[in-house]
Parts: sequence; structure tokens; C-alpha cells
Amino acid sequence: MASIQIENVQKAFGKTIAIDQLNLEIKDGEFFTFLGPSGCGKTTTLRMIAGFYYPTKGVVRFGEKDMTRVPPEKRNTGMVFQNYALFPHMTVFENVAFGLKVRKVSSADVKLKVLEVLRKVRLEKYSDRQVSQLSGGQQQRVALARALAIEPEILLLDEPLSNLDAKLRDEMRAEILRLQRDYKITTIYVTHDQAEALSMSDRIAVFNYGVCHQVGTPAEIYNQPANDFVASFIGEINLLPVQVDHVEQEDIAVTLKNDGEPVKLIVHNHTNEDELNKGNLAVSIRPEAIRILDTVETGTNVLKGKIAAVQFLGSIVNLMVQIDHVSLKVDVLNTHEFGHYYQGKDVYVELPEKQLRLLPVISGEVNV
Amino acid sequence: MFKNRDTRLTIWLLIPVVFVLVAYVLYPSLRTFFESLQSDGSISLGNYQDFFVQESKTNLLALWNSVYISILSVFFSALIGIPLAIIFNRYDFPGRSFFSTAAILPIVLPSLVGVMAFMFLYGESGLIPNAIKDLLGLEKVPFKIGGVSGILIVHAYTMYVYFYMTVSAAINKIDPSLEEAAYNLGANRIKVFWKVTFPLLTPAIVAASLLVFMISMASFSAPFLLAGGYRVLSLQIYFSKINGDMEIAATQSVILSIVSISFLLFMRWYQNRKDYRMATKGIGAHRSEVKNPFMKWLMVGFGMIGVLILLLPHFTILLLSLVPDGTWTWQTYPSVFNLENYRLLFADPNIFKPLKNSLIMAVIATVGNLVFGVIASYLLVKRKFVGKSFVDILVMIPWALPATVIGMNLVFAFNEPNVFSFGQILVGTFWILPLAYFIRHIPLVVRSTNAVLEQLDDSIEEAARNLGAKWFYTFRKVILPIIMPGVLSGTLLAFIESVGEFPTSVLLYTISNRPISIEIMNQLRMFNMGQAAAYGMIQITLIVIVLFISNKFFGIKAEKAL
Ligand SMILES: Nc1ncnc2c1ncn2[C@@H]1O[C@H](COP(=O)(O)OP(=O)(O)OP(=O)(O)O)[C@@H](O)[C@H]1O
Ligand SMILES: [Mg+2]
Repeated sequence: MASIQIENVQKAFGKTIAIDQLNLEIKDGEFFTFLGPSGCGKTTTLRMIAGFYYPTKGVVRFGEKDMTRVPPEKRNTGMVFQNYALFPHMTVFENVAFGLKVRKVSSADVKLKVLEVLRKVRLEKYSDRQVSQLSGGQQQRVALARALAIEPEILLLDEPLSNLDAKLRDEMRAEILRLQRDYKITTIYVTHDQAEALSMSDRIAVFNYGVCHQVGTPAEIYNQPANDFVASFIGEINLLPVQVDHVEQEDIAVTLKNDGEPVKLIVHNHTNEDELNKGNLAVSIRPEAIRILDTVETGTNVLKGKIAAVQFLGSIVNLMVQIDHVSLKVDVLNTHEFGHYYQGKDVYVELPEKQLRLLPVISGEVNV
Repeated sequence: MFKNRDTRLTIWLLIPVVFVLVAYVLYPSLRTFFESLQSDGSISLGNYQDFFVQESKTNLLALWNSVYISILSVFFSALIGIPLAIIFNRYDFPGRSFFSTAAILPIVLPSLVGVMAFMFLYGESGLIPNAIKDLLGLEKVPFKIGGVSGILIVHAYTMYVYFYMTVSAAINKIDPSLEEAAYNLGANRIKVFWKVTFPLLTPAIVAASLLVFMISMASFSAPFLLAGGYRVLSLQIYFSKINGDMEIAATQSVILSIVSISFLLFMRWYQNRKDYRMATKGIGAHRSEVKNPFMKWLMVGFGMIGVLILLLPHFTILLLSLVPDGTWTWQTYPSVFNLENYRLLFADPNIFKPLKNSLIMAVIATVGNLVFGVIASYLLVKRKFVGKSFVDILVMIPWALPATVIGMNLVFAFNEPNVFSFGQILVGTFWILPLAYFIRHIPLVVRSTNAVLEQLDDSIEEAARNLGAKWFYTFRKVILPIIMPGVLSGTLLAFIESVGEFPTSVLLYTISNRPISIEIMNQLRMFNMGQAAAYGMIQITLIVIVLFISNKFFGIKAEKAL
């Protein structure tokens, strides 16, 4: 088991820079997830850790050891490939035994060890099967068993569930988590599925265009996104471009940048001085944090609007509330009788001061 | 770039591959080119001038004859191959699958043996014309083949297979819904065929035409045995060499190479062009069952007759091999049949020797092909390096060069000692023929290995490395076992082709080391048909065994490697 340090790593393929200025520290025994849209550099980073790519710049360390130039076969990482990469000419047993045979483990020990791992992934009955005769989920488990059998210091999983159907994904998620807790192994998990990332990880790193935007626990990433990209990539969010009117100790007064009547909001100040002066800003609020008021009220951040659309989803109801030129997504729990919210209804919405966050805008224009 | 382990490995693998290609493919070609520029001890274009403005025009005429024969060969091969491909892939009737496999039989008949069979079947004293004469009580044989018609019939027989295979592959790739859409829009069968299906097949037909053209330009055995006075360029090279006009032979070789290589380049360009093939997945061929019973049995009947015609050459060789020499002289038909020729083949060391020579040389060449092919193909498919397309082209050159030219290149390169022959004169030694066979079959083995390696996902190799296996261990335990079936089926094909190889053999053999094909030629000259046919049968048997092994044990259709 080991921690992983990635220091100032850059990886370029010819002219394209796949990863830039990456600094990460992954702790011993942690379940760490790389999350980001397609092409953002997750696989590239994982492959630098596995040793299939060498960084153009920077250093990769396992614990204290500098691993930057160590070839893949000397790293003792267990990797599960997206397409499993099982050896088609070998049985389940032979696949799992491969890494042990390479390590010249005696054949009696190989047998013991392989059967133990196969039991862990609940495949002991299948050890003599040809891998082509297994279902997708079983192949997935063989791949996992093969990676675990060598008792790797680090487990690397590149979108291991993307080829499975929804039900099997849920099962395998639980399975992977169980095994990870069992072996207490440092694990890096690559995915572009935010639900997967939020539910499984100890910590998450969010990538876009080769840059890591934020590292944090699922709750930190969701509740305190570092910028508009992270905010909008994970979950639903309302992003409203604003300009700052004045800054107090506790609060910040802002005005929405929109075409109609000026709308003024008070935002709780959890932002540091630097960010306030760094270009475009937006306030963000999650749809479930907005309160719908049925009676006429006034107060800070209470706005009058009209329901523009209603979408019934079962446990919650999505509303689209039009306030002058601004539309807000609002989620309410399904606690009222059916028909309580209807298109065209006049409502008041409250944007609680503590739930509003002022974020730097990095991805160009934010739509109003 | 820094030199990491993988880069070093690539370089270590690349060194022997590039050495072999430069030494035995590039250098000999350049040596021939250089020779063609020599006239009377100085460097000039004199030989080329002679070629084109020569008084007797023999060379120009030979070039024209080659082109003429090739165009007609393309025409006749297409005429047989395209309809067969359409019928076998679009209609279902009893025995279809058997007939469609039988349709590729001609390609596995060694060319020299095939030509010999045709001579005995349809030649002046051939069995078929004489049988017809006797049956109908005619004065003279009603027809005979020889000269141009002979060459064309042999070419059409062997080369239609290229049309058949490429067009079949193309038909099976057509998305049936395209045709269904056309029917749906109100087009009738004929319209659909000409407006939808045929245009989609054009790229395949063009590719096959270019291929057949190239192969007939290079054809040697058929003109050599059948042409009589008809001179084609590949033969001219041989005669120039026999007469000792080495500079002229070189010039003729260069010109023939230029024609062949330009066709190869044209073909590559054509195939890389964007065509209308679409990436639709998961469509099998859709065949309409022939329901009309009359049509159905008509097709079966034609199929059987077709297979009979295709197999006649093989049967003829079998029949002839059972006729002891000296028992069939003036009679129209042979009358004595026994196994004497086979007994002699194994009992008489003189008669056995060529067979043994061929087998030994083919084994040596094929082992070379296997090792070289696997390494070269691995580099080309799985590794990145500067100059890859250069290596790729060098690998393909022996495929584009006519066998006669490869033979001449070796003559020029290795009738003097040099670095590449390790200071030896190779011409006139045992080693020159295995070398020639090896060079001839580089492209075949590399291409069939490429095909399987391209299927192999890179992550398989990475998975093994990740589990701690070093490269060589990974290569031995993971990559090789997975690709072996595909590699072996290509290699076995190279082996049987080496056993039967004629054009380079005739240019390079030595008496003590003569291969089977040369001995067949000698026996034919002495009118020992039976013995020649027995040699031929050995080759046919080998081919059957190889096809059987490939199909049975590797589950691979050997013809895929072609
Ligand atoms: N071997 C390579 N050569 C050139 N460019 C590459 C190579 N590998 C990756 N890239 C480029 O680097 C960028 C990051 O790729 P990467 O595979 O890491 O993305 P990813 O985050 O894993 O995406 P996905 O979710 O689609 O797997 C992409 O723009 C990709 O085109
Ligand atoms: Mg990826």
C-alpha cells in the first residue's frame, strides 16, 4: 500500500497538451476518483501512474519512491481495463494466476492464492472456464481478481463499469467498494459518471481540458464547487452572472447582469478577496436550495416570479420559474397534492443567503 | 525524446528487420537498376534507348504482348469471377456452401503444375479434344489450346479467384437495407442491381482488376510452357539472362518493375480513397432462397459441372501420375496404370533428391519468414517509429515485383561478394534459392500476421505488463499464443508456395540443388509425363494437408491470408 504524489506533471502528445500543471496527493488506502468529461485527460493521468506513459514534465511518486521512469512491470499496480483485456487464450484460473507466475510464486501457492481471490469475487466455480464463456459482469470480476491477485500497492480502474448494464453496474459498484475496503488498497477510479463518483469516493478530482479544477470530498465538491465548471458538471445548478456592488465583512451585495430591471441579491461572504477581483463572477444555487413561498412576502433575496414549466419526477417536482428575464430551476419535494404547482402560477421564491455562492466563471459565457 | 526502455526495444527489433529489408530487398533492386545504366562500361541511358528504339522492336513487342495478355486476362477473369461471386453470395440452393469453397481451388494449384495439367487436358494431344474427336468421329481435334489462347485460359482459370474473393467480400459488406430501401421506393430487381448493388461493388472490381493485371504481367510459368514463339516481357528477361545479355536483362527487369509498381501504387491510392463503404454493424449476408425447383436444380447442375471443370486439372495430374513412363507413347489414351512413379520417387535417390531439396529449402525459407514476419509485423502494427512507412513499403515491394525480377535482382546482387552476403558469392550456392523463396514470401507472412495483430487490442499487452511481466515474457506467453493460428496459416501457405516456386528457381538453381519445379520441367522435356505428374501430386497433397490443418486446427480459412 502506498500514497501517490503527482507533482507538476505535464503530458504532451506532439502539440496537444493532454495534462497540464497537475498536482495531486492521493493518500494511503484512499478511494480516489478522477471525474471529468470525455477527453479531459483522466486516462492519460491513470496511465502515467501505471507507467504506460511517461510524463513530459514533473514527477510521480509512490510513497517516497520516485516512479516517474519506472517501467510498468516494475510498479506493482493492479489495473482493470475498460475492455477488461482478459487473455483470450487462457482460462479464468490462468488469467488470475498470470501475475503470480510472473513473480515466480510456487505453483502450490499460486493455486491457493488464485482460489482465494476467486472466492472473494465469487467466481470459484468458474475457474476452469474459458474467459470467452463468461458474461460481461463475470469477465469484469475476473479482471478485478487478476488485478488483486498480485496484491498491488495501488489499484487502478479505468471506467470499469461503462460496458455493463444499469443493474449490473450497481452490483459491481458495491462489489468494488467491498473489495477495496477489504484489501484497504489505495484505489484510483476513473469515471465520467458523477453519481458513481459521489457515491463511491473518499475524494474526487474534477478534470476538464487537461486541468484539475478541484480536489475534495464528495460533499465539498457538491456544496462548495471551486468554479462554474465544477458546479455545473456535478448535479444541477443555477448560475447567474453578476457584478459585485459592495463587499462587507459578512455579506456581498451583487446585481444580476440581465437585460431587464436590475435584480439585487445579498450573498453570504465565503469568498476570498482575490477571487472577487479575478474577472467574471456568477452566483450559484442548487435547485433544491431554493424555497418556494406560497404567500406574499418581502425580505432579502425574495423575488416574484411565475411558474413557466412543471415536470413531475415522482419524489420531486422540477419547476422552471421565470423572474423577469431570468429563469431559475427549482426542485420541490412532492409533498403537496397534485396540481398545486401549475404553469402560469404566480409565486415568490427565496434564495437563502447562505446557499448562494459567488463563483469565478472560467468557461466563457454563462447563460442567463 | 528521451530513450526509455520501450524505445530501446523498438530499436533493437528494428535493426535486424531493416537490415534484412535493405540487404535483400532494397539493395538487389538498386543493383539491378545500376546494372541497367551500364552500357559498354560507362553509365548512360543507352540500354533504355535500345529498349524503345531497337530495330527489331522485340522488346517493345514483348512489353505490348504482356500488356495485351494482362488486359484480356482481367476481362476473362472478371467474366467468370463476378457472376460466380454474386450467385454464390446472393442465392441459396443445395450445395451452395460446398461450391463456394470449391471455387477457390484453382488458387492452390501450383502454377507450373496447373499449366502442365492444362497441356494434357486441352493441348494438341490433350485428353478432352481427343475424346471429343473420337466421340463425334471427327477427322481432326476440334480445338486445342496453345499460344495466346492457352495462356489466357490458364490465367482465367487461376485468376478469376481474385475477382471471386474480393467481390464476395464486398457483397457481404453491403447493408441489405440499402437494397430494401430501393425496392421499397419502387425499383425492380434489375434496376436495384444496376443502380444500387453494382455501384457499391465497383471499388472491389477495380481493385481486383488491378491485382489481376499485376499478376498476369508477372506471369511466367504459363508463357514459359505454353507460349511457343509468343514473347512476353517476363520471358524476355529469362532469355536475355540465358543468352548472357545481362545489361539488357537488367533493363527489361527495371521496366517490368516500373509497370508493376505503378499498378501497386495506383491500387493503394485507389483503396485509400474515400469510398462509399459504410460502417454498419452486425449485418450478415442475406441470401434469397431459390424457390423455383427448375431454377434450383439448374443452378445445382451448373455448380456441379463448374466444380468438375475446376477439379479436372487436379484429376488429370492424378491420372497422369499413375501412368508409368514409356507406356503411353503413340496411343490416344493411356492404358497402363500403377504406382510405379511413386515407387520410383521414393526408391530412386536421383528422383527423390529434388523433392528433398525443395522441402529442405522451403523449410529454411519458411522458418525465416515466420521469425521475420512476426517481428516485422509486430513493429509495424504495435510500435511507433520514424520511417514506418518506408519499412512498410520495403515489405510490400517483393509482392509488387514479378518473380522473374526478384530472381534477376538476386543474380545481380549476389554474383559478387559483398557485405550483405558476408563476403560470399551466393549465386551458384545452396543458399541463394532459400533466400529467394524467403524474399518472395515476406509480404504474405507479414500481411497475414498484420491482420491478426490488428485485431489484438493493445490493452492485452498492457495488462500483462501491468501484472509484472517483462516484454519478452509478455510476447511469448500472451501475444504469440493469441496470434499464432493466424500467423501459421499464412506461414504454411508460404511453405507450399516455396515448395512449388518456379520462376526464381529457374533463374537461380544449381544442378546439385535443383528443386521440384525444375525437375518437373526436365521430366516434361524428356516426355516423362508420369514422373512430372507424380511430383505435382506430391505438391497437391501438401496443399490439401495444409488447407485441412488450417481449417481444422486454426479455424482459419487459409485463403484469407492471400
Ligand atoms: N496516445 C495519444 N496520442 C495523442 N493524443 C492522445 C493520446 N492519448 C490521449 N490523447 C489526447 O489527450 C487528451 C486526453 O485523453 P484521455 O484519454 O486522457 O481522456 P479521458 O479523460 O480518458 O477521456 P474518456 O472519458 O473519453 O476516456 C485527448 O484530447 C486525447 O485526444
Ligand atoms: Mg479514458
